[in-house]
Amino acid sequence: MGKYIVRRLLQMIPVALGATFLIYAMVFSLPGDPTTGKCGERNCPPEFVAAFNEKYNLDDPLLVQYGKYMGNVLQGDLGEAQSGLPVSEELSERYVITFKLGGMALAIEAVIGILAGIVAGLRKGGFLDALVLVSTLFVISIPVFVIGNVSQLFFGIELGWFPVTVPFEPSLFDLFMPAMVLASASVAYLARLMRSSMAENLRSDYVRTANAKGLGPSRVVGVHTLRNSMIPVVTFLGYDFGALLGGAIITEGIFNIYGVGGYIFQGISDQDGIAVVSSVTVLVVIYLLMNLLADVLYGVLDPRISHD
Amino acid sequence: MRVTTRAVALLGASVMALGLSACGSDDGSGDSENALTVRGCNPENPLVTINTAETCGGDILDVTTAKLIDYDLETGEPVNDILESFETTDNINFTVKIKQGYMFSDGTEVKSKNFVDAWNYAAYQPNAQASSYFFGAAAIDGYADVQCVETDDAGACTKDPAAETMSGLAVVDDYTFTIKTSQEVSNLLVRLGYTAFAPLPDVFFEDPEAFGDKPVGAGPYYVDSWDKTKQIVVKKNPEYSGDFPGNVDQITFKIYNDDTAAYKDVVSGKLDVINQVPTTELPNYKSDLDGRNNERDMGGIQTVAFDPQGADAAAALAKPEVRQAISMAIDRQTIVDTIFFGTRQPATGWVSPVVDGYKAGACGEFCEYDPEGAKALLEEAGGFDGALGLYVNGDADHKPWADATCNSIRQTLEIECTTEVTKDFDQLNLYKEQNKVSFFRAGWQMDYPSIENFLAPLYGTGADSNEYSYSNPEFDAKLSEAAAATDPEQANALYQEAELMLAADMPVIPTWYPSVQIGWSDRVENVDIDPFGVPDYAGITLK
Amino acid sequence: MTDFSHHEPGASGAAAESGVPLGSLSTGPVEPDGGAAAPARSPGAEAWRELRRKPMFWISATVIFVFLLMAVWPSLFTDIGPRDAVLADRWAKPSAEHWFGRDLQGYDLYTRCIYGARASILVGLLTATLTALVGGFLGLIAGYMGGITDTLLSRLAEVFFAIPLLLGAIIFLFSFSQPNDGFFKTVMSIVLILVILGWPSVFRLMRSSVLQVKPNDYVQAARALGGSPLRIAFRHILPNAIGPVIVVSTINLGVYIASEAALSFLGIGLQDPTVSWGQMIDEGSEQIRNAPHTLLFPAGFLSAAVLGFIMLGDTIRDAFDPKSR
Repeated sequence: MGKYIVRRLLQMIPVALGATFLIYAMVFSLPGDPTTGKCGERNCPPEFVAAFNEKYNLDDPLLVQYGKYMGNVLQGDLGEAQSGLPVSEELSERYVITFKLGGMALAIEAVIGILAGIVAGLRKGGFLDALVLVSTLFVISIPVFVIGNVSQLFFGIELGWFPVTVPFEPSLFDLFMPAMVLASASVAYLARLMRSSMAENLRSDYVRTANAKGLGPSRVVGVHTLRNSMIPVVTFLGYDFGALLGGAIITEGIFNIYGVGGYIFQGISDQDGIAVVSSVTVLVVIYLLMNLLADVLYGVLDPRISHD
Repeated sequence: MRVTTRAVALLGASVMALGLSACGSDDGSGDSENALTVRGCNPENPLVTINTAETCGGDILDVTTAKLIDYDLETGEPVNDILESFETTDNINFTVKIKQGYMFSDGTEVKSKNFVDAWNYAAYQPNAQASSYFFGAAAIDGYADVQCVETDDAGACTKDPAAETMSGLAVVDDYTFTIKTSQEVSNLLVRLGYTAFAPLPDVFFEDPEAFGDKPVGAGPYYVDSWDKTKQIVVKKNPEYSGDFPGNVDQITFKIYNDDTAAYKDVVSGKLDVINQVPTTELPNYKSDLDGRNNERDMGGIQTVAFDPQGADAAAALAKPEVRQAISMAIDRQTIVDTIFFGTRQPATGWVSPVVDGYKAGACGEFCEYDPEGAKALLEEAGGFDGALGLYVNGDADHKPWADATCNSIRQTLEIECTTEVTKDFDQLNLYKEQNKVSFFRAGWQMDYPSIENFLAPLYGTGADSNEYSYSNPEFDAKLSEAAAATDPEQANALYQEAELMLAADMPVIPTWYPSVQIGWSDRVENVDIDPFGVPDYAGITLK
Repeated sequence: MTDFSHHEPGASGAAAESGVPLGSLSTGPVEPDGGAAAPARSPGAEAWRELRRKPMFWISATVIFVFLLMAVWPSLFTDIGPRDAVLADRWAKPSAEHWFGRDLQGYDLYTRCIYGARASILVGLLTATLTALVGGFLGLIAGYMGGITDTLLSRLAEVFFAIPLLLGAIIFLFSFSQPNDGFFKTVMSIVLILVILGWPSVFRLMRSSVLQVKPNDYVQAARALGGSPLRIAFRHILPNAIGPVIVVSTINLGVYIASEAALSFLGIGLQDPTVSWGQMIDEGSEQIRNAPHTLLFPAGFLSAAVLGFIMLGDTIRDAFDPKSR
């Protein structure tokens, strides 16, 4: 197991390097000039622009810039955004909020998704099953920005149940509606996954055996089926956490959440390359680590799989 | 490409929604009895008067600096602040006397060298200050000598300027200095209220870099703390020696990048003042903020401009009659009523109504919507072959009106017209510089309230902001004549004559005069708007 | 565990990378016995018989047909032009004459919704086809060749897979688009970036599917008979491994439509004068307090189109999956 993890970690290095370089290259080929808007409705004087480029190494060739940047990252320095603030400082603040949002979404996803999946999977073909199938299909079909805007309209503005936008230091309640929105599609996927996993296990040999042995249905479902059905579900949750963090960009935008997504988008429009690359780098690494964790978890949960 | 509209309005909103929680937790905010929280935005540059040419930093500097003159809140007339007297006989040689005992917030006295040194520092090109333009525009003698002799493509100086200081500025004694200009400037006094002309204390010249984080000025407030991307706190300046002191003890400029979030916070009382109601809330703000809102025309104008030398220009654009026909095809009133919910005024000329010297109707029939007349005029001029692309910058909310304007032109004249959105203002400028575009949005926000500021910098041959390749020797001559006039009335009359020439040439089409809508919480009152469209923060009182 | 989780490299937002699970599993340490990949005997005919009996199939097929018709021939549905503006009637409510009312510019919303189909459907079709071709081809090679080729391709796929789709697309489009790009260029650049970031999910699926088919007797037999590798890969392996790819590509089609809308919603996708749902939703969401109908109608059209493709894919998969019968 240890050997497996080390091997996977080593494999991660070129992937992370490749992905971050791609992003770095895309960001630094952004056209235009990053002093935009720094001088009001006028163009900045050329002197001002030159001093600016000098300060941020913008005149170096791409590979040299990337090399310098990566050298700093390896020493734990994520660089300085154009605002003059260290990116790491800003990111650590914002990641707290994005993690909170992602964590809540994951919890919502797990609770609702698993329950709906169990209900549907137990009676495949029944009314509840059809209901779950149809409703999840609808949720998946409605893009998250539509769900976000519409729930903001109804629950925030019309009904006034939840805050329309999220304050700078959000409470769990403030984040509830955004987390629901962020989780919506995942809930649907998870419910479907749980449903089919349940249904499959209920058909399997060991359940038939257990039934034949005369074990009560609650024990069959509770102990055998449920535990085995949870394996892919737990793994899915592991993968999904990374995806939720990345996907939060739209949700954070709609609800004005002071998170990583807003920072990245702001960085793109300000052409603040360092801010963008550093936040995305962190995102990519977290994402890869979560994937690894999920793979390992899969192995741990499913005794049929060996990692050696 | 609304990226930035949406980006800033929606996603970019990186720093938005600082909310109440942030406010209560910090130091100083505890004594909120006598403190205000107002909407701010993130200053793009260090807070130095001569390096700030955008409004986010400008709003802060407005309350933390004192200038020679201030502008009357109602009329925009210049009122002496640090200035004791201002004398000239020929509009070329000026003698400036300042008040004695006027203090910076660090306890040092404002002396004449604080002006002269600041202006010289700003104008010297290798210092790369954003406001250097204003010293050239004011025609201070010797400005050309402090510009780089040669620059490389990136704009860096390869050969330093001939002089380090402008010969037109001279310190006479601690409280007197003289200004000499290279040509007549009839409205120099009015210009001196602009932020770039504020004095800088000695401590600035010791370390200009460090100064920008915690600037020192002579205004009613001083910068107490600047938590980048979050908030800027200014406190009442104990040393303040002028006639316009602030009321509340402390003002916190909370940085929101998103108008809508700030607006919602004002409605719910989490924020005291918002300096501009977002466009989408214009239909609602009067009921949302009943008795807590105000509106004022601000000194500016919105236009759509032509550059007949633009690469995509149809040949017909070179004819003034075609441009006049296009102007007549724009249904300004309906656009103002629907897109802007009646908050703008259709323009009838090129000068804002708020300034001294404004005269209505300079544009005449050409600024009135007249579909039949427009068609007839276009036909007379030989028709229009080609298409129009109206370029607007995507980092502000220009697309809705640009679409409506294009639709109005297209449906009236049957000229294909589409809105082209650039990523941001800078990209639009780049396109203009490269002569890529022939039809684009332009706007002007006055630097100082004078009719001259709406004409000379924009339409004078080769003027700094003349992006229209416009050149009319008669117009230039009229401007010089006006600048030389010593009687203000006479000067204004001459400027108005110059403005009339624009109607015949139609280098840009005036569309509407902007206005500003602000709102406030029920904790505060006496929220006025100055002629520039900025809330008079110092004058706000708590209930 | 064959259900829904294979696909969707990047729906909007949260759904963005939920495609990870099965994808990652299959390149991960294990080769799960993913059911859908199992070859059925004459799967096509049997599935078709199954499909014909399903109302869901006919519903989704009809929905898709209507949207395709809209995309090809919008004037069949409305005789108002998409740019016919009556500004004075801004935000007119739905009425007998203007079913969906008007938007901020005074455009007829129903007409705009109809004309919006073209861009969305085009992006969806092209992207789904190209990801299927690129991902499928590379997946076939990697799975069949194995060894160093497999390792290299898999790592490459991981590099692209590690970039969050929406984020990558935003950065790419922001870099490469110009304000006056025409319809074709904008559509192509959106398709390009979605393919660049989307192919790995098909790649992984195809690869694992090939790995399951490869050990089968008939492949071994073909090999023993001395068939050329190319012939074996295309004649024997591909037909038996392609089922899941088709299913997932159909579902992905809906997902790509949603992605295009998300990009236009963010203001970096399709621009005027091209009409697109994402852009309409963007404009509508700004006016959510003043004229909610300008948001709800285009959102409904978009969701219906996405639903159509996802439902179709879902139904086909069930038809192919013997266990669900």
